[in-house]
Amino acid sequence: MATVHTPSMEPATVRRAFDVERVRRDFPILEVRHGGRPIVYLDNAATTQKPRHVIETIQRYYTRENANIHRGVHYLSQVATDHYERAREQIARFLGATVGCEIVFTRGATEGINLIAQTYGRKFIGPGDEILISHMEHHSNIVPWQMLCEEKGSKLRVVPITDDGELDMDAFGRLLNARTKIVSIGHVSNALGTVNPVRAIIDAAHAAGAIAVVDGAQSAPHMPVNIHAMGCDFFVCSGHKMYGPTGIGVLYGKVEHLEKMPPYQGGGDMVLSVTFEKTTFNILPHKYEAGTPHIEGVIGLGATVDYLNDIGMDAIAEYEQNLTRHGTQLLEEIPGLRLIGTARDKAGILSFTLDGVHPHDIGQLLDEDGVAIRVGHHCAQPVMQRFGVPATARASLAFYNTKEELDTLAAGIRRVQKVFA
Amino acid sequence: MSGSRALYEQVILDHNKNPRNFKVIEDADRKIEGFNPLCGDHFTVFLKLDGTTISDIGIQGAGCAIAKSSASIMSSILKGKSVDEAKELFDRFHAMVTSAPDAPLDEAALGKLAVFSGVREYPIRIKCATLAWHALLAALQGENQQVSTE
Repeated sequence: MATVHTPSMEPATVRRAFDVERVRRDFPILEVRHGGRPIVYLDNAATTQKPRHVIETIQRYYTRENANIHRGVHYLSQVATDHYERAREQIARFLGATVGCEIVFTRGATEGINLIAQTYGRKFIGPGDEILISHMEHHSNIVPWQMLCEEKGSKLRVVPITDDGELDMDAFGRLLNARTKIVSIGHVSNALGTVNPVRAIIDAAHAAGAIAVVDGAQSAPHMPVNIHAMGCDFFVCSGHKMYGPTGIGVLYGKVEHLEKMPPYQGGGDMVLSVTFEKTTFNILPHKYEAGTPHIEGVIGLGATVDYLNDIGMDAIAEYEQNLTRHGTQLLEEIPGLRLIGTARDKAGILSFTLDGVHPHDIGQLLDEDGVAIRVGHHCAQPVMQRFGVPATARASLAFYNTKEELDTLAAGIRRVQKVFA
Repeated sequence: MSGSRALYEQVILDHNKNPRNFKVIEDADRKIEGFNPLCGDHFTVFLKLDGTTISDIGIQGAGCAIAKSSASIMSSILKGKSVDEAKELFDRFHAMVTSAPDAPLDEAALGKLAVFSGVREYPIRIKCATLAWHALLAALQGENQQVSTE
């Protein structure tokens, strides 16, 4: 891996300063031009672009290593199994989890939360119990809990947010009580960019006797994550939002929970032995991975964290913070632009509205400048309701974006205003 | 002009800025709301009927420039039209925005509605252009439930 980024003259152990032009060359898609212009990709909260190393790793898997895993005695199956399980170890280390048993592969963060709700939730949550989420959650951290509450006669409670888009921690303290069994909070809001104080939330949840679930879909791609230091019971994230393949996600669970929970799905690979009278489930983490998994996705995600480690998540976070500051400043200078989400601790998400211009029209006209943003409710309709808007325009950043691209965004927004003046 | 700039014809921008007939008709004979749950755009169409003739039309609601100008232009051409003529206009407009981008335009038959031909390049915006029209059609057919694009 080091050879991808480190010229042969330099020792691999020396990490060089972050160089955005160098990392941009790792992403082939950034060379694509549309209407004669380079694409300014600012829709990273929806999905991220993939580095060449990941694309080539997946290609190598299919051209040199493809076989089913965990069952073959032949050479290719051994190679595929080794690479699959090595990827699990790499991902565990990347997220600060125990290697091996604590990392379960899912289709994405959404499936991760559904798995928790359908296994832990159905076994341990009962009538009158409470599940605490926040007003800024993505639909994927609302609906699975609503479904569980409906089934179990338990109650979903919601921590309000401030006008800046920060969690109201006083209200959180009041809502947390002895009936609270699960606290499930997004680490970073996809609609507002708010970075929530997860450590304090987890500690408070534990003190109240609840377990804590962290939705890391928007944090794992942009900042160092150490699950054990955080102390949560469950953590979920999505491969495609962290520069990896689509269709693959990670669920971290504490062993004590994963041991006690029933399996999510039944099938091959999740069992040790099957007779018509009795089935013995496999050991962790295989108990939660029924059927042939997304082998290509797992191996691709392993290559992704390899790539990210090589750059360093600290360097990525620092660069994106600078970029976010620059973008915030540019947007704040535009008259008639309202930033939605102005938390003190914020990730690279710039959600906004423009006086007199509907977000869909903003997005459509920016596309003309080659600028790709997301418009709509961002699968967070309660956030839109909270701020009294039907939708927002959202530019979301990644470490391969540049200040010049944000200048293009700001100039594009000013042109939109002229068209609608 | 090409691309999105062609979508936002001057006529569309004008109707977006100064929408016509945006009023409530308190004693409307028909009243129905069109709603696009994907983007939250919603327009209510109020109709006043004199026999089978549309004697007045009012629009209320909010949405993107395409949805709003389409509602406005629709309202501006319907006054004095019969219910059957209005239904025929719906069919003509709907057929046009859902046709292939390079299909010939019958500009004489479409009149002002031809400014929305740019929508054909952007299938995701067809629902914006037709939102108020769907509400109108439901009102003409005597329905009284909200209509949804989904």
